[in-house]
Amino acid sequence: MCTYLTEKFPLEGSGKGAQGYFSLSEAMVYIDHPQHAPYEHTVNIDFLNPAKGPSARVAVELTEEAALALIDAVRTALASAPPGLAAAGGTAGAPDPSAVPARD
Amino acid sequence: MYDAVLAETISITGHGGDRIEAYSARPLTPGPIGSVVVIHHMPGYDAPTKEITRRFAAEGYAAVCPNLYSREAPGADPDDAAAAARAAGGVPDERLVGDVAGAAAYLRGLPSSNQKVGTIGYCSGGRQSFLAACSLDLEAAVDCYGAFVTGRPPEGFPLQIEPLAHLTPDLSCPLLGLFGAEDQHPSPADTAALEEELKKHGKEYEFHTYEGAGHAFFAVDRPSYRPQIAVEAWGRVLDFFGRNLAG
Repeated sequence: MCTYLTEKFPLEGSGKGAQGYFSLSEAMVYIDHPQHAPYEHTVNIDFLNPAKGPSARVAVELTEEAALALIDAVRTALASAPPGLAAAGGTAGAPDPSAVPARD
Repeated sequence: MYDAVLAETISITGHGGDRIEAYSARPLTPGPIGSVVVIHHMPGYDAPTKEITRRFAAEGYAAVCPNLYSREAPGADPDDAAAAARAAGGVPDERLVGDVAGAAAYLRGLPSSNQKVGTIGYCSGGRQSFLAACSLDLEAAVDCYGAFVTGRPPEGFPLQIEPLAHLTPDLSCPLLGLFGAEDQHPSPADTAALEEELKKHGKEYEFHTYEGAGHAFFAVDRPSYRPQIAVEAWGRVLDFFGRNLAG
């Protein structure tokens, strides 16, 4: 079925699309027919920057199991890092970014 | 028999006077011939839909598939365009009707036209084919597994589109419905409900529900494709258009 339903939210970060990296401004999640994955329905996640045009898009089409595993993996990864380490503006308990040794 | 076909991207006038992209395929005969507006599925104005459009030309019809996402994503890849249209809230029903009206006007304006125009749509386009046929003067309409023509969404399902059964009295032409018995949207109960509406209002219709098929059995690039059923159902489409659009 075409669900016509879309969860959309603003975000900050970058993604790599067909033309290389670009900054992201929003993402949407919807369960509907995929373009490529060999299933009738998938969990589709698009990372977008509409200001840069329709091709500024990083897309994945995941099975339900894969989408849930992704959620768990993100939560596990975040739980294993100091709180706020990857936050946009840092948090009260976060270490000073300038104190984090640069990786090379 | 002369069988040359011209297939090309064109620009037509859609809803609100907007110029929109469309894919045209038509036999290079003087006519008179009938015409078909092909309404693409939600994943977009894609290569398989253009292939369907060319098939109608090869079968003797002038066919046009409007790019329903022209405004949101001119020139974009079909998948990116579908995502951009979705992000912008989808295709409003009123705009769809205007774009199909524009395609029908373009087709009727061809020197080869016999002035008869039908629509065919797949998936979300099936619903839109019914919508167009209830909103415009057409000679035939085909609904291929369009969800939410009838049928209420489940409780708590925040549907952003409206079922269309209340428009049935305005249906302007015969309707062919092609459905999969294993499809849940539309389910056999949903299509039975539509059939009841059509009967109630004395509308001419023909429904075929195929065992062993679910949604999107015409889609040659998807696992839902059912070759034998698609061949049989293509035959139904061509027979239906032959009776209502040819000559």
